[in-house]
Amino acid sequence: MTKKGLISVVEREHILSLLNHGKRTDGRSFNEFRKIQIIPGYVQKAEGSAIAKIGKSKVIAGVKAQMGAPFPDTPNKGVITTTVELVPVAAPEFESGPPREYAIELARVADRAIRESEAVSNEDLVIIPSKSVWILFIDIYVLDHDGNLYDACELAALGALLNTQIPDVKIVTNEKGEEVVEVLETTHPLVMKHTPISCTFSKIGDNIIVDPNYDEESIQDTRLTLAFTEENKICSTQKGESGSFSVEEIKKCIDIAAERTKDIRSQLDKIVDPQGYPWSEESS
Amino acid sequence: MAKNKEETVLITKDGIRHDGRKREDLREISFEVGVLDRADGSCLIEWGRNKILAAVYGPRELHPKHMQMPSQAYIRCEYRMATFSVPDRKRPAPNRREKEISKLLGEALDPALFTYLYPRSVIDVFIEVLQADGGTRCAAITAASLALADAGIPMRDLVSGVAAGNLSGKVVLDLDDIEDKEGEGDLPIAYLPNLEKVVLLQSDGIFTPDQYKEALDMLVPACKKVYQLQRKAITDKYSQINDAVQKDIDAEAKAKPAKDKKKADESKAKDDKKDKKKADDGKKSKADKEDKKKKGLKKPSKKKDDKKQASKEKEAKKD
Repeated sequence: MTKKGLISVVEREHILSLLNHGKRTDGRSFNEFRKIQIIPGYVQKAEGSAIAKIGKSKVIAGVKAQMGAPFPDTPNKGVITTTVELVPVAAPEFESGPPREYAIELARVADRAIRESEAVSNEDLVIIPSKSVWILFIDIYVLDHDGNLYDACELAALGALLNTQIPDVKIVTNEKGEEVVEVLETTHPLVMKHTPISCTFSKIGDNIIVDPNYDEESIQDTRLTLAFTEENKICSTQKGESGSFSVEEIKKCIDIAAERTKDIRSQLDKIVDPQGYPWSEESS
Repeated sequence: MAKNKEETVLITKDGIRHDGRKREDLREISFEVGVLDRADGSCLIEWGRNKILAAVYGPRELHPKHMQMPSQAYIRCEYRMATFSVPDRKRPAPNRREKEISKLLGEALDPALFTYLYPRSVIDVFIEVLQADGGTRCAAITAASLALADAGIPMRDLVSGVAAGNLSGKVVLDLDDIEDKEGEGDLPIAYLPNLEKVVLLQSDGIFTPDQYKEALDMLVPACKKVYQLQRKAITDKYSQINDAVQKDIDAEAKAKPAKDKKKADESKAKDDKKDKKKADDGKKSKADKEDKKKKGLKKPSKKKDDKKQASKEKEAKKD
C-alpha cells in the first residue's frame, strides 16, 4: 500500500513492454543479479561494519556490542537486534524522523534471516549465564537507493557480522564475592554458524524478475524475498506489496532463489573486497 | 515460559500432535458476523483459543489528505494485540511486530477488493486480538475479510488464511502457540480461494525447499476448507435476517383480518405506500445487481443488498 516512486507513464510502458518481450531496461536477463560488492571494515569504531552494493544501491551496516542482561526466558542466549534507517541522503522520498512501516519491514526481514538461521552462535554471546550477555546491535543505514534494498540490507548485515570482533572478557570475583566482568583490550572474531543470503523477486504484470532496480520496483505489483542458508534451507520468506502470486509461481521462485543464493555464496570471497572503493560508479 | 520443553512431545512417530490433532487437522473455527453495532462491518473469530475481533469502517474520507490516492481507495489496516492476550503482559504501545503485520494484512486484503471504486477514500480495518494462541495473523485476515463482506464492500473473493509449520521435519498445519515456539518453522499464508492467488506469504524458521513446497500443497486445500466455513458464516447471518423478516410478514398477515374496518382501510393505504416503496426498491436493487454483475461481484455483497432491502421493508412496515 505504500505509495510507489513517481515514474512517468512513458517510462512505465517502456519497462513493461520490454519485459513482455523478455528483456529488461538494463540488459539483464530476468534471473540475473546486478554486480554485488561488499566492502568490510569501513567504520573502524564499530565492532564490525560493511558497505554492501547491489548495482548502484549502497547500504552500510555497523555492529555494536554492548554488555547487558539476557531476556528472562532465554538466559543462555545473547541478544541481537536489527534496525534499518532510511536516511534522507538516499532518496528524495525518504524523510528524517522515526522509522516508518517500510523501514520496520526492511529491518524485520533482515533480522528474520539472521535470527531464524541462527547465523550467530547465540551461546558464544553469553558471558555469565542469566546475568550478563553480549547484545549485538546491527544498525543498517541505506545510503543510496536504486532498488532491492531487501537483499542489500541482508548482505550488509552479513558482511558486518563476518568481520565483527568481540572484546575478550575476564570474570573476576571482587571483595564482596560477586562475579564482575572485566573487558580486556584484546578481541576475538564473532563465531558465525551460518551465512543466510536472500534473493528478492519483483512481479510486474506476469513477469517475475530477480533483483529489481529502482524503476522496476516503482511499477512492481508485488515482491517476494526468500532467504537461504548454506545448507540450501529456506530460513525466511516475506511477500510484500498488494499483488498476488500463484502457488506455481512461488515454487518456481524457490528454485530460482536456491540457485541464485548458491551463486552468491560461492563467489563470496570475490564479492567481499576490503580494497573496494564504495563510491565509485562501476558499470554493472 | 515453556520450561517443560523436554516433556512436550510435539509430534509422535505416527504423526499425532501434542493436542491430539493429525498433521493436516485444523483447530476448531467459528465465526460470528456483525457482532458490533457501530462498525460498518464486523466479525468475531474463535480459532482454537484465539479470539480476534475485526471491524471495518468506510469507505470514508481519508485524512491526512496527502495520503489520498487519486485512482483507488487506501486500505488502512491496524492489527493490535490486547495487553492481556498473551502470558506476559504486552506493552500497550504498538510494537514493530504489530506494525509489520498491519502493513502486510492491508496489502493482502487489497487484491480482494475493488479499490478503484472508491478513489481518494480509506477503508479502515481494525483488528483487536483479545486472546492469542498461535496463528493470529491468519485468523485475523480471515476475520477481516468477513468484516469487509459484512460492511457490503464489493469484493472479488474472500481471503482465507492458514499457517503451516515444521515439527521435527514433519510438515503440519495450523500451529498453536506451543508448536509455534518449540517447532522448527512457521509458514503463514493467506489465499484467495476462487482466484487461486496467494496474497500473504511469510516464513520463519527452517524449511527445506521440498518441505516448503509440500507445505504449500497442504495449505491450499486447508484454505479452501476455511473458505467454506467463512461462506457459511456470512450466508447464515443473512438467512437469519430473512427468516426474521418473513416471520414478521406472516404475523402481520395473520393479524390483519381481526382488525376493524377503519384500521384495515388505514393499513390498506399504508400498504399502497409500501408497495410503491417496494417497487422503487425493486427497481433500485435490480439496477444495482446489473451494475454489480458487470463488475463480477461475489455473493457476500449481494447478500448485503438483500439485507438492506429487507431492513427497508421492515421499516416500511413499522410506520
